[in-house]
Amino acid sequence: MIGFISYLVFFSTVAAILAIAVLGLNLQWGNTGLFNGGIVASFGAGAYGTLILGGTPQDGHLGGFELFYPLALAGGMAFAGGLAWVVGRLTLRLRHDYLAIATFGVAVAFENVMRNATGVTGGAQGIRGFERPLQNLLGSGFSYNLVFLVAVLAFLALVYVFLERLTVSPFGRLLRAIREDETAARSLGKSPDRVRLAAFVTGSVIIGLAGGLYGTFYAFVSPQDVLPILTFQIWAMLIVGGAGNNRGAMAGAFLIWGAWTFSGWALSRFAPVEAQLYTGSIQFVLIGMVIVGMLLWRPQGLFPERLVVSQPGVDTGNKQRD
Amino acid sequence: MIQHLVDGILVGSFLSLGAIGLTMAMHILRFANFSHAELLSIGAYCALVFDKVFESLSPVLATKIGPLSMTGALAISIILSMAATGLSAVLIDRFIFQRVRQKGEELSMVFASFGMALIIRNVIGLIFGLSGELYSNEIAFAMVLSRDPLLLVKPDQVFVLIAALVLMFALHVVLSRTTFGYSLRAVAENPRLAQVHGINLKRMIAAVWVIGGGLGAVAGIFYGLSFQITPVMGRDLVLPIFAATIVGGIGSVYGAVLGGFIVGIASNLALVILPSGYSPSVPFLMILAVLLVRPNGLFGEARA
Amino acid sequence: MPDAVLTVDAVTAGYVPDLPILRSVTLTAERGKLTVIIGPNGAGKSTLIKAVYGLVPISDGIITADGKGILGLSPDRMTSVGIAYVPQSDNVFRTLTIRQNLDLALQKHARADEKLSELYARFPVLADKQRDRAGSLSGGQRQFLAVAMALAADPGLILMDEPSAGLSPKAAEEVLDHAKQLTGQGVTILLVEQNVKQALKRADHCYVLAEGRNQIDGPAADLLQDPALGRIYLGRERRAQA
Repeated sequence: MIGFISYLVFFSTVAAILAIAVLGLNLQWGNTGLFNGGIVASFGAGAYGTLILGGTPQDGHLGGFELFYPLALAGGMAFAGGLAWVVGRLTLRLRHDYLAIATFGVAVAFENVMRNATGVTGGAQGIRGFERPLQNLLGSGFSYNLVFLVAVLAFLALVYVFLERLTVSPFGRLLRAIREDETAARSLGKSPDRVRLAAFVTGSVIIGLAGGLYGTFYAFVSPQDVLPILTFQIWAMLIVGGAGNNRGAMAGAFLIWGAWTFSGWALSRFAPVEAQLYTGSIQFVLIGMVIVGMLLWRPQGLFPERLVVSQPGVDTGNKQRD
Repeated sequence: MIQHLVDGILVGSFLSLGAIGLTMAMHILRFANFSHAELLSIGAYCALVFDKVFESLSPVLATKIGPLSMTGALAISIILSMAATGLSAVLIDRFIFQRVRQKGEELSMVFASFGMALIIRNVIGLIFGLSGELYSNEIAFAMVLSRDPLLLVKPDQVFVLIAALVLMFALHVVLSRTTFGYSLRAVAENPRLAQVHGINLKRMIAAVWVIGGGLGAVAGIFYGLSFQITPVMGRDLVLPIFAATIVGGIGSVYGAVLGGFIVGIASNLALVILPSGYSPSVPFLMILAVLLVRPNGLFGEARA
Repeated sequence: MPDAVLTVDAVTAGYVPDLPILRSVTLTAERGKLTVIIGPNGAGKSTLIKAVYGLVPISDGIITADGKGILGLSPDRMTSVGIAYVPQSDNVFRTLTIRQNLDLALQKHARADEKLSELYARFPVLADKQRDRAGSLSGGQRQFLAVAMALAADPGLILMDEPSAGLSPKAAEEVLDHAKQLTGQGVTILLVEQNVKQALKRADHCYVLAEGRNQIDGPAADLLQDPALGRIYLGRERRAQA
């Protein structure tokens, strides 16, 4: 029983961290229509940034600045935001698929650099020597994990409230206006490029926060944590939850992470030994099928956006509401 | 240094072939297809299967052609694999992309292509195993072109380069001399007007996939001849191929050819100054550089 | 009994369901005649000929060409039933040469070479510039190329969408004269125009549309004198100012 509860705490912590990342993606894709093919770069930037700034000195690599934890986390988020700013500046003016390709490229390059720049990132060995905040006070057992879960849930709630407020603020309405009808928004004297850049960077900072918490939770990050599959998983969570809907996005995170963990457990338990090598491949195929299947049969997600979205050419009540 | 240049040209030859199909599909269907590189894998593995079948059917076909490691069986397999891969591309479009296209926005297709890439790559891994395969286990000896500086080229590589150039020239002739080629260019420029002049859009889209799949298959096989065939080769090739299309300008076939060679050469020359571990990052740096200096690429036109 | 090449009977059409741009429009184009459709901006003139060509969804009504129903035929099949269409803008492939544009339009023609020389004889300027990209042509030349591409299918009926738009007055008159000349050679033409005076001078029959509906129609010469025509245009303008 204790084992089960302790596993539940562990599971919920990771799922809640991923839910934060899904919320960040939802701001980019659901509310602004920006395709981020390299979520894992923002996530990794947050994790690496936090651990390098907040860790204890190590021989093998840079870091060990032993910064006060909140500052380290903020540094990780800033790193994620800075990376997004560079990519966004270069691509948001262009055809939308450039952003998809460039973000995908950032993720590939990010993993590649983390793996090779041993002097900075510890290379394939990853970043070690990070001490989790308040660990001397709480120890490293169940109670620590419980407190950490509460902290992560608090962050999740904070991000949720922030995004819900943002959506109904003038800025949020502007995002929707640009997504629905860029020309009209432009004619109102708004610069869609700058608004989109702001949304893209904000979303990436939120994803960076998730990465920072993830790194903190494991007190370790390595190139294995920034593989492209994470991008696919987070996308699947958003599309299952329903793009544009923050509550749906969080539900999608728990649902997909649950399905992922369960399928991994079931395969390791019931699949024949010879097939164990292929459990990863089977799980990847499943994630791919979730993405494609949702797009084919239920593109609005399981929990569709609650707000009415105007169709091009059809005059719905949208304008009156504003 | 010269060796890197030569290697880069050889790599460029199959990157170009892969990029041609990608740039055409991106231009006509207006979406960045992240599963295009998986067509290279499909082509490479189809050829592997056909090759084994023919070799077991007829020992004559199993003998090598001249100095190449290639056999008659593989030569026939290349042709069959082009057809099979072209057909796969058409079927994937019909059953997946076309349906997503009807339901959602353009970016949904980008997203669907992400999912398809994941599915194709891992299904190939499940069928053929995760380790690499070779078309021939015999070691092909390199020819020494020069001793100082040392310059080595394998006969297979010379064949790959020549065959790739011949295919590109054939495509050039089709595009610039035949009404079929004009139709393709017409659809790319203005699909509505093409339809007004009696061109069947669905058939042209299928033609684009057949060409993209066929050239992709050759690219995949040539990659396999030069290195080895693995289920994750699509993952490793997708970024260089995208870089080639962006360097050349999205929609330009000639740009894709040039872009493929530029990316191939740059990735290899970069090894002169960078440790080899960083080579996967080079295509991304090239994308950034092009977006900074000339966002529409060498031959591309601005388009919303 | 007039010889109708095209009949449009009570057609309702629009891009979005429930939002028709055309409401129950009726029209006939007679063989060998120049029929024009005029009307204020937003009257649905262009939509009407696009609907005939299968480019705009039709929710109600009947369209026949030479007595056969053509409703639901896709645009790429229209040339095979003898109908060609010259769009208002972007009506040639700019990145192809003039010769390639014509070859493309001629690709299903049984005697393409013969037809090509015929088209070159009709439009000598195209023969002179055949190796140039179509994007380099002047407005009037481009319009001639678009007409030549339409003629390549040997159509019995040509639909033209504002062929004089954006042209100099001289080039506009040349293009309209050419349309008139074609009817003398047995081709039926249905033409949408903003340039009311010039169009009516040459037309045989004229339909006036406003707000997606038929207003009046009659022989072009009569309509030029009809005060109702002025009211339709002016009435619309007055409302726009209000």
